This record gives sequence, structure tokens and C-alpha cells, in this order.
Amino acid sequence: MAFEKDLNLDATELRLGLPGTSDESAKNQTPATLRSSNKRALPEESMSSNATASKNCDQETAPLTKAQVVGWPPIRSYRKNNLQPKKSEGEISGIYVKVSMDGAPYLRKIDLKVFKGYPELLKALEDMFKFKAGEYSEREGYNGSEFVPTYEDKDGDWMLVGDVPWEMFTNSCKKLRIMKGSEARGLGCVV
Amino acid sequence: MNYFPDEVLEHVFDFITSHKDRNSVSLVCKSWYKIERYSRQRVFIGNCYSISPERLIARFPGLKSLTLKGKPHFADFNLVPHDWGGFVYPWIKALAKSRIGLEELRLKRMVVSDESLELLSKSFVNFKSLVLVSCEGFTTDGLAAIAANCRFIRELDLQENEVDDHRGHWLSCFPESCTSLISLNFACLRGEVNLGALERLVSRSPNLKSLRLNRAVPLDTLQKLLMLAPQLVDLGIGSYVHDPFSEAYNKLKIAIQRCKSIRSLSGFLEVAPHCMSAIYPICGNLTFLNLSYAPGLHGNKLMKLIQHCRKLQRLWILDCIGDKGLGVVALTCKELQELRVFPSDPFGAGNAAVTEEGLVLVSAGCPKLNSLLYFCQQMTNAALITVAKNCPNFIRFRLCILDPIKPDPVTNQPLDEGFGAIVQSCKGLKRLSLSGLLTDQVFLYIGMYAEQLKMLSIAFAANSDKGMLYVLNGCKKLRKLEIRDCPFGDAALLEDVGKYETMRSLWMSSCEVTLGGCKSVAEKMPSLNVEIINESEQMEFNLDDKQKVDKLYLYRTLVGHRKDAPEYVWIL
Repeated sequence: MAFEKDLNLDATELRLGLPGTSDESAKNQTPATLRSSNKRALPEESMSSNATASKNCDQETAPLTKAQVVGWPPIRSYRKNNLQPKKSEGEISGIYVKVSMDGAPYLRKIDLKVFKGYPELLKALEDMFKFKAGEYSEREGYNGSEFVPTYEDKDGDWMLVGDVPWEMFTNSCKKLRIMKGSEARGLGCVV
Repeated sequence: MNYFPDEVLEHVFDFITSHKDRNSVSLVCKSWYKIERYSRQRVFIGNCYSISPERLIARFPGLKSLTLKGKPHFADFNLVPHDWGGFVYPWIKALAKSRIGLEELRLKRMVVSDESLELLSKSFVNFKSLVLVSCEGFTTDGLAAIAANCRFIRELDLQENEVDDHRGHWLSCFPESCTSLISLNFACLRGEVNLGALERLVSRSPNLKSLRLNRAVPLDTLQKLLMLAPQLVDLGIGSYVHDPFSEAYNKLKIAIQRCKSIRSLSGFLEVAPHCMSAIYPICGNLTFLNLSYAPGLHGNKLMKLIQHCRKLQRLWILDCIGDKGLGVVALTCKELQELRVFPSDPFGAGNAAVTEEGLVLVSAGCPKLNSLLYFCQQMTNAALITVAKNCPNFIRFRLCILDPIKPDPVTNQPLDEGFGAIVQSCKGLKRLSLSGLLTDQVFLYIGMYAEQLKMLSIAFAANSDKGMLYVLNGCKKLRKLEIRDCPFGDAALLEDVGKYETMRSLWMSSCEVTLGGCKSVAEKMPSLNVEIINESEQMEFNLDDKQKVDKLYLYRTLVGHRKDAPEYVWIL
């Protein structure tokens, strides 16, 4: 059987390394960011001893950070989304929603479940984006600031944060947006 | 042969059911081609872009059942952008316009709109069976149309689709006159269903054999449904959470015991593990058990359940079963043919609970094992060699080590020898997926030994073009080759372009092939569609032939370039 360990297949193997392949170039290519480099680290080829081969395998094949590799492990998205209902953006716990702020370079995500009510949520948003929201009143919305917290509900409408009971809000909020300036005026911000 | 009247030949052809055989029959001579095409009722199209609906209709006027597959397999893992293609609407539209009396439609990885479902439901009087696997693009409104309009519907089977759930009313759309249901699977729907409508539907469906419920169906409804349908053969339990000391639980126990025909059990989408004893009475007859969506079930409770399942042939499970649990499987399930072990925590910090040990135990205890999908923490060559010796009957062997380039942890060697043993021993191997640290050597073995191999999936493997060349030269029956993150370049791609016409498709992403190489293939082989998916920011596709191609998907086709490709897909 060709697979017994004592047959030294290395000695008879045809080698066709990529041009310029050598110890050094192989070592330089760590697989840590596989997305940017298509070349995998090459195991040691020119030495015949197993010990050296395994040593180089050690150096060159650091385990990939799983989160960096798109599409690995190969599991259908449906399965991934349905597997851990307790951890995912489910209807029972852990409601993660995106938060955007007009003018900010990137969005954030927060878990609505960790807040007990609107005051806590607003404080967290204010801390996260470094703004002040103004005083909320049912009649006038947010008074005293050019920033207005809004959210998109299940029907796709943009609503003012604070109008509905907290439970209803967390169940229907799909994403948050902190509007700024003139656009915010349309939603009842009195500035 | 031509001395037989056509009807006799047609009758003979009736006995030939496999697609491959019927295709062969049609090639014998003109008269056989003609007889075969008029009598053909079932057609399978593995790539919806390989042929057009018009040509299909022209050739097979008697078509009753159509199976279509759309997106390439790697679309399952988010490697294909959302709107790449695979739309079913043009097919349904063309079929609706024709005289085809479609009765059955089976779709996989296709985009299905509510509009297409509605058109489908209104266009074919005798439509009986709709099976959608890994599809997307529709809502429960589309299902409502099917329920309302397909008077003779027998089968509505939704497997792992992304469905926009507008909540419960679609089930109420089955009219009172609908009593023909044999199979109903809506486990993948996330929303509430009208429980009363469900109960009424089941009560007027005496032929119902397969029922798979979603998460929103509570235990007491389950109990009522089982009382109404004790003839069930296949059951998918939605929610299984309850108090073991309650009246509801006792009633359930009685209901389950009446269901002596259940051979297949799945679901447990919400599960209370201490209540599994109610299931024991039917475990002894089970041939298929799917617990892969039940992370709440593990440890001793799970093992106890398995111990009751002596006749199991197919088992789908999560890796929280552990090597120890697989040992129990090995001791109990002597009839096991197919095992799938899914990761319960795919991005976890090495807590995957199965290793090579579990696999070795199963291979030793279950000699009939022929199909494997195994997500594990690690694998060794020694284990694979043992598995190959114990189970020479593998048809499908898919191994996924969660760290894709992990070597044998004991010897620190690549897994070439282990996989080599598998392909050498399993002479009937048709499908293989590799992972772990792998060099060109494993491909040498595959090319040499995997004579029956039809589908090969490669990721993060090989050292050079030789790897791909070994496979293309050696595997004569290869139909689908999908590769990601391997150092295969133009030399390998261009070595034998004629080969691609013998295959259904080739996928290469994050490899070394260049635009120039792809153009070359397209030039030499007009019978192939060579698609480049280019998602990078520079949308002006700079015409430098040396530019590396992000994603290449090429496939044989009889109908040239498709017209529905999005902007970022370039068909060369």
C-alpha cells in the first residue's frame, strides 16, 4: 500500500513549486489574511526529513482566524441563521439593530435587549455617537437639539423614538438612525 | 429494432426511469429519439442556464415533472452575490404559454418570486407537487396563491428557504375542497401560522404522510395533529417545549404511540431535553433522524434517545453529540448508511466536540456507511486510513475541518495520505470534499484512483497547478469542480479546455487565474459561458489581461450568453 508511513514519498514526488518559491518566501506568506493573498504558505519541500517538514508546517500554517474567511466553514446561511436562536437577532432575546448617524463614517450595532427603557437607550446612543438628544415630549418630539433619534419599523416607516411603549418599540424596531439638522425637522424636532 | 411498432418501444421505455438512461436511449437512433422525447415525462436540468425553456418545451411536449437548479453550489456559502441569477420566472412563463401540463416542479438554489408562484398556481390545472430547496425571493403570499389555486396539490415541500413571512393566513387559503395533500413541509417558515386552519387541513387530508411543522406550532397543536393523522410516515416537530408533568405531555405520549408508521423524524426546533422519553416508543422504527437544528439536545439525553434507534439508516446531528455520542451511534445503529455531523458553534473557540475519534468509531461500528458529511475539530491520516479500510463503500465523503488548513495534529503532516486512502479504497466514490492541510500529492491520488468521481470541492489546498491538472487529467467522470483559495492559475485552466464541455460546471474563486486566461477559454470554447464575477471597487473593468480574476464560473450551455446577468458579472 502506498500509504504506509515508512515509504518516503517525498523523495519520489515531482515538485513544481511556484517561481521564486524557497524557504524565505514560504515563511513570509503567513495565512493570517487569506482574503488579500491568494498564495497559501507552502510546506517545506526541499528537505527530506520529516522533522524539518513538520517544523515548517508549524511555522507557516498558523490556524486561520475563522472570522476572516468568507464562506468558511461551508454551512448554508439558512442553517447558520437558524442554529442558535438564542444568540442571533431573534424575537426572543438579543435584538441587535444597526445604528447610523448622519455624517458618521460607519454604522454601529446595539442590542436593544440590554436596555430597560428609553432613557437608557438614549444615553447609550449619546455616548456612542457623542451628541445630545434634547428633551422628549409627546407633543413636540425632541426639543433643544439638532439630533433626533428615529427608527425604521416593521412596515418600513421611519418613526420617532419614544412614541410607543418600550416593549412595542423593541419588537418592531428594525434599525435606528440619528437624524441631523433640517431633515430632522420634518419629524417634529423643534429647534 | 425498428420492426417494433412505436407503442411497444414506448412501453419498454416506460421502464427506463433514470435520466441518464433515458438520455442514452434517445441517442441510439432517430426513431428512438422521437419515441423517447414524446414519452418523456420527467426532466432534470442541473444548470438552468444550460438550456432554454423554449427548447425544453419543443423537445418534450409531454413534460410533467421538471427539476431545475440555479446558482452554483458555493452560493450556499455566500460566495455568490445576491442577484447573480437563477430566476425561475422565465421558465414558468414559457411553460404557462405552452400546452405543457406541468404537474411537478422541483427547484434548488433559484430565485422564486411571488409573481412566479402565482403564475404557476394559475397556469396548470393538474399541478400536484412543488418542492423548493434553498430558494429565496418569495413570501408567504406566494404560498397563499399555491394553496388557493392548485386544486389537486399533493405536495408542498419547503426545505431551508429564506422566506419573507407575512404571517399566518396562507394556510387558511387551502380551500375546504382540498383533500389531496400527501406532504406538507413548512419548517423553514419563521412566522406564526393559523393553528385552527392547520388542524382543519390535516383533518381533511386522509392521505397525509409527511408533515413538517415550524417553530411556531406549539405542543398542544402537535398532539391534536397526531391524533388526526396517525398514519404519518414523516414528522417534523416544531416546538417541543413543555412541562413533563403536565396533562398536555401525557396526551402527547398517547398520541405519539398511535403513530406506528413514523419512519422519519426531524425538527425539534425548540426542545426541552427532559421530555424526549415520549418519543421513545417510535424510535425503534425510525430510519431517518434529523436533530441538526436542536442544539438543546445533547449529552446523556441525546445518547439515551439514540440508543432506542436501532434501525436508523440516516442520522443528521450536531457536533455536540461528541465523540462519545458517536460511539453510542456506532454501537446502536448497525444499519447506518448516512451520517451528517454539523457544527453547533461554527465560529467558536475550538469547542467543536467531535474529532477523528468519533468518525473512526462510527466507521468501525457501521459497516454500511456510504455517505458522510463531517464537520470536526481535527483529523489524522491514521484515522482516515482506518475509516477507508472499515468502509469501502463510500459514495459521498465530505470532510470539513473547521480550521481549513490544519495538518494532522499528531504528525503535523498534510492529510494527503489519509484522503489518498479514501479514494483508493472507495472505488464507487462519486462526491468528495476536502479540507485540512493538503499538497499537490492528494490530487495525484485523486486523479489516479477516483474513477467514479463526479463532484469535487477543494478549498485552501495544493501547492501548484499540478494539483488541478492531476484532477482534470485523471477523473474521467468529473462533472462539477469547485475550487476556492488555491494556487491554480492559467496553466492549469488552459491545459485541456475541451474537458469543460464534458462537465456541468467549474467554479474557481480566489485562485490565480487571470482575465487573459479566462478570455482564452471563452475564445476556444464557444459552447461554454465563461462568467467573471468582479465585485471589487474598480467597477471600470480594466482590460489588463494579467489582472487576477476574483471569481470564475464557467459552464457548458446550448443557448449562449444569458441575458439576465447583473452588471458585475462579465460573460466573456
